[in-house]
Amino acid sequence: MENFTPVSALLGGLMIGASAALFLMLNGRIAGISGILGGLIPPERGQAAWRLAFLAGLVITPLIYVASGGALPAIELDTSLPLLVVAGLIVGFGSRLGTGCTSGHGVCGIGRGSPRSIVATLVFMATAIATVFVTRHIIGI
Amino acid sequence: MPLILSAFASGLLFGLGLIVSQMVNPAKVLGFLDIFGNWDPSLALVMGAAVAVSALGTLVTRRRGAPVLAPRLEIPTRRDLDPRLIGGAALFGIGWGLVGLCPGPALVGLTFGPWPVFVFVAAMIVGMAIFRLVPADWPQVTFRREASRVDG
Repeated sequence: MENFTPVSALLGGLMIGASAALFLMLNGRIAGISGILGGLIPPERGQAAWRLAFLAGLVITPLIYVASGGALPAIELDTSLPLLVVAGLIVGFGSRLGTGCTSGHGVCGIGRGSPRSIVATLVFMATAIATVFVTRHIIGI
Repeated sequence: MPLILSAFASGLLFGLGLIVSQMVNPAKVLGFLDIFGNWDPSLALVMGAAVAVSALGTLVTRRRGAPVLAPRLEIPTRRDLDPRLIGGAALFGIGWGLVGLCPGPALVGLTFGPWPVFVFVAAMIVGMAIFRLVPADWPQVTFRREASRVDG
């Protein structure tokens, strides 16, 4: 457990939660990234601007973070190209079919006490853990 | 306009949280999912703290009845479980476990990550587009019952 970073994890978690709380209190909406992005494919009339604004904030953050003197964490990604494509397709398709991802179901849905989100989170945690077990400890990718 | 600004600010804060917590790093996420290996519980704390604050926000918003800037709350009200929810979540988890990226961190990583992040995001958008081709009632689970042959 030498990789455990409890302080930054709690601090970052509070910020993510604050973002979800703020978005609900001000805009009355769920800060679910797959839903916000998926709603742009294709864009609906009158619903595109706030979606783009949220996503723009998300994408721009690292630039502001660096500009204000922060050191960005590493992005360690060594997945092979075909696997990357397959995973991307599944994540995009699955999050839309299941109406949410880690943010919409995990952070917002559980925070709201939604039974659908609690079940969805348990299911995707289980399949993700199983996938990592198979790839790392059985196949050994 | 205020709705757009608040959406932008929420996006910024969300991204900041993902950076500070290092959840933008797929290796960190996979370290959490690898419970049979060298387990890194960080993600659990991120999620726990985020859920706590998000729950507080829900409580305040519900008490208030309506959001500050929008006319009404647009939150899901369904409580039933269906094959789409379970199947979608199961698929999402497999993809998440293969790479360690989910939609939020993938988008934040676009501006400073290595090029494979672009490949992942492009595939993810294609996956979301493919979803649009799926009929609204798929997958359908029908429980066919033998019609009762006995009268009465």
